[in-house]
Amino acid sequence: MSTEASNITVPQKAPVMPMKTFGIDTRLVMPLLITLILLVGQVFYGILESYPQTLLAIGVAILFDAVLSKIDRGHFPFLASAYISGISVGILTRSPFLWTFALCAAITITSKYVLRIKGRHLWNPSNFGIAAMLLIAPSAYSTLSFQWGNNFAAMTVIWVLGCIIIYRLKRFHITFTYILSFIFFAGIRSLWTGDAFLAEVAPITGAMYQLFIFFMITDPATTVRHSRKAQIVVVFLIAAAEMVLRMMENVHAPYYALFIVGPIANLVDIYWLKKPE
Amino acid sequence: MTWRKAFITSLFIALLAVPFVIDYFSGGAAEEALDREKALERYGFYFEEVAKKSGIDFVHKAPSLDPKLDNIMPQIASMGAGVSIVDFDRDGWSDIYLTNSGEGSQNALYRNNGDGTFTDVASEVGVSDVNKDGTGVSMGAIWGDFDNDGFEDLLVYKWGRSALYRNKGGKSFEELEVPAFPEWANINSGIWFDFDRDGNLDIFLGGYFREDINLWKLENTRIMPESFEYAKNGGRKYLLRNLGDGKFEEVSKQMGIDSNRWALAAGAADLTGNGYPDLFVANDYGVSELYINDDGKRFIDASEASGIGFSPKSGMNASFGDVMNDGRLSIYETNISERGILLQGNNLWVPREGTSGADVKFDNLANAVGVEDGGWAWGSQFGDFDNDGDQDIFLTNGYVSADKNVNYWYDFSKVTLGNNSIIADAANWPAMEGRSLSGYQQKKLWANDGKGGFSEIALAVGIRETLDGRAVAVADLWNRGVLDVIVANQKGPALIYKNHVSDGRNWIAFAFENDDAIGARITVFRDKLMQTQEIHGGSGYCSQNQRRAHFGLGGTAKVEKVVIRYPSGETKVIESPEINKIHRVQIPG
Repeated sequence: MSTEASNITVPQKAPVMPMKTFGIDTRLVMPLLITLILLVGQVFYGILESYPQTLLAIGVAILFDAVLSKIDRGHFPFLASAYISGISVGILTRSPFLWTFALCAAITITSKYVLRIKGRHLWNPSNFGIAAMLLIAPSAYSTLSFQWGNNFAAMTVIWVLGCIIIYRLKRFHITFTYILSFIFFAGIRSLWTGDAFLAEVAPITGAMYQLFIFFMITDPATTVRHSRKAQIVVVFLIAAAEMVLRMMENVHAPYYALFIVGPIANLVDIYWLKKPE
Repeated sequence: MTWRKAFITSLFIALLAVPFVIDYFSGGAAEEALDREKALERYGFYFEEVAKKSGIDFVHKAPSLDPKLDNIMPQIASMGAGVSIVDFDRDGWSDIYLTNSGEGSQNALYRNNGDGTFTDVASEVGVSDVNKDGTGVSMGAIWGDFDNDGFEDLLVYKWGRSALYRNKGGKSFEELEVPAFPEWANINSGIWFDFDRDGNLDIFLGGYFREDINLWKLENTRIMPESFEYAKNGGRKYLLRNLGDGKFEEVSKQMGIDSNRWALAAGAADLTGNGYPDLFVANDYGVSELYINDDGKRFIDASEASGIGFSPKSGMNASFGDVMNDGRLSIYETNISERGILLQGNNLWVPREGTSGADVKFDNLANAVGVEDGGWAWGSQFGDFDNDGDQDIFLTNGYVSADKNVNYWYDFSKVTLGNNSIIADAANWPAMEGRSLSGYQQKKLWANDGKGGFSEIALAVGIRETLDGRAVAVADLWNRGVLDVIVANQKGPALIYKNHVSDGRNWIAFAFENDDAIGARITVFRDKLMQTQEIHGGSGYCSQNQRRAHFGLGGTAKVEKVVIRYPSGETKVIESPEINKIHRVQIPG
């Protein structure tokens, strides 16, 4: 999850963001909504393992973004993006150690400055941070998390807030395509494995998954910009990659699917796809 | 590339290397197995597994439940190996009771012959055939002298009809009809404790599956938790007040205990200092619960107020230990940790400095002191295994050990993330098909360094078996002044770890001659330290330690005094007691 409102190069034909949304600075809407999700989750479900962990992730993300931006670009950035990345790491990380929250946040932010081509990210920073931590620190880091419980109330909260956000970003087609693709592939997996269809479709019915489909795969800074059709194709490919990883019984399939498909799609977008008129 | 880019890129690479550096400097490599001499030299103690040599050949059998659960039978029929220590005939030697869970299987009572061997006398005295068809099967057993005749009686809690056996002079047992017991319930935890301090032991029973579920005759498969960490659709709790005339009354709701969380372990200890035992319940699929005892009048749910009732995990153990030697008991609760998949981490709830009484608060210091990762952890007990004066921790673990080459974690994680309508129905769970789930795990022994840290040394001190451990009990089986460990394994043999401790490590122990002493609190004062223990009517997971307080003293040659607070609240002070001796204590009245 990253908005990068202040960093991305807005395509010429992209819809121009209003400066105010509901009377609030547009760049603050996403952080406010994400904060609201965090607060609702904490008040009703106690989702945070501890406040220090989440605060550390947010603090490190902001600190790294401020310092690296100053070094790299000579000025301090608008810190909403770092704040959101910090919250993402805080919510999606499950670890008994404090240092993993700090390190994941640091890798997430630093990746934004290193893994760029022609001014664009290749990976969604939070996705990169999480996938990297899963690979390099498996004994100390995990994302398998049930903090939001398994009921519809939690889903509803995320769906309402998520819909507001992706409606504002005009990215509902991405989420919708992913859901349809996931269900389609769940059916194929069910036929293949013999497991109940409900078992295959179960992950996407859980609250934590909604954070992935609403906020991570829709990130404007790291989705392809060629066209809506291209975005739909890419998200279908992410679901397909996830299907393959799931057939290989990979517990962290969605993160790795986005980690693999995301940068390839962005490279194709940057170098080969002609921007539509 | 500018120096700025070079710097940021270097920083990025350095960040990616951090976990490897931490691993390198944290001594991440496991301790190697040592032979006895090297272990004694390096750690001062060594465990020798002697079950067969001692005549203990007990092998636990799992139940065969309703075939509708066949797809996940290894997961459901995964409990029932319990162990409890008792001196049922009061001959001064600790005996061992082991529970079995196959339909028609026999529980075992191993009488300690005092010569290093044991003999199963369960059938002879009438406490073996307790898993008869139609009555359910044992999950665990606890001993307590509920009728105050000087001999400890036996309560077997079951998935089915729990049963109480009166001890007739240490020679035989008779089953009692207890109308207050639930007709049918799926009980996975039970303790004796005198919550109102009236001199009569009361009972707490914690339900796991709902009590309307008969796992052998399912009406449907909607028996699973509604959530992996927020489930409240488990079995109810029972608080059975002992009326003193051989009868009990069920008073849970009246006393403030009303929960349908999935209880897997319970323990009672005086955590507030008012002399009454407080109740801690470790729940699977959710947060755990702490009930503060309001002077025997009621229980106050202090789960959240105390700091314990947040951060839901998979609680499976409740044991108490004075890990800091400051006279305050901490609570150790086990959970699930699986590398790269699910890292709940165990909890060591340590009372916070500056808090006390009913306002006591706890902090989870498991990570800080290094006792967090126990794998798929089950039973655990405190004990000073090296007699150095500090409480160490023995932990057993492992869920389902089947095919080593394939595991069930992916399917497990898939369905547990789902909506409650999916996870709650066992029919939706993918078939296990012989796969392991956190199987073949190395047990843990964390040695307390006395400075606020623990080191894991199980392999080095002789703990090598990787069976699916469930219950752990601690006792000085051969009255040698050391703590031995007994482990009950699911679908496996019971293990006896005989402890060998280096010379020169002093100790002192207190055995209670005429009473089970459940609820007694013993504090040893020496070298400006206060070592505190309580006698429990059940702790850990489906287990019960000896009713004897054993304190290692290290090199200390003199104990200043010992204060014993009897269950009644009266105290006795023993000045300068002799060390390296089991003191036999008579409880007044």
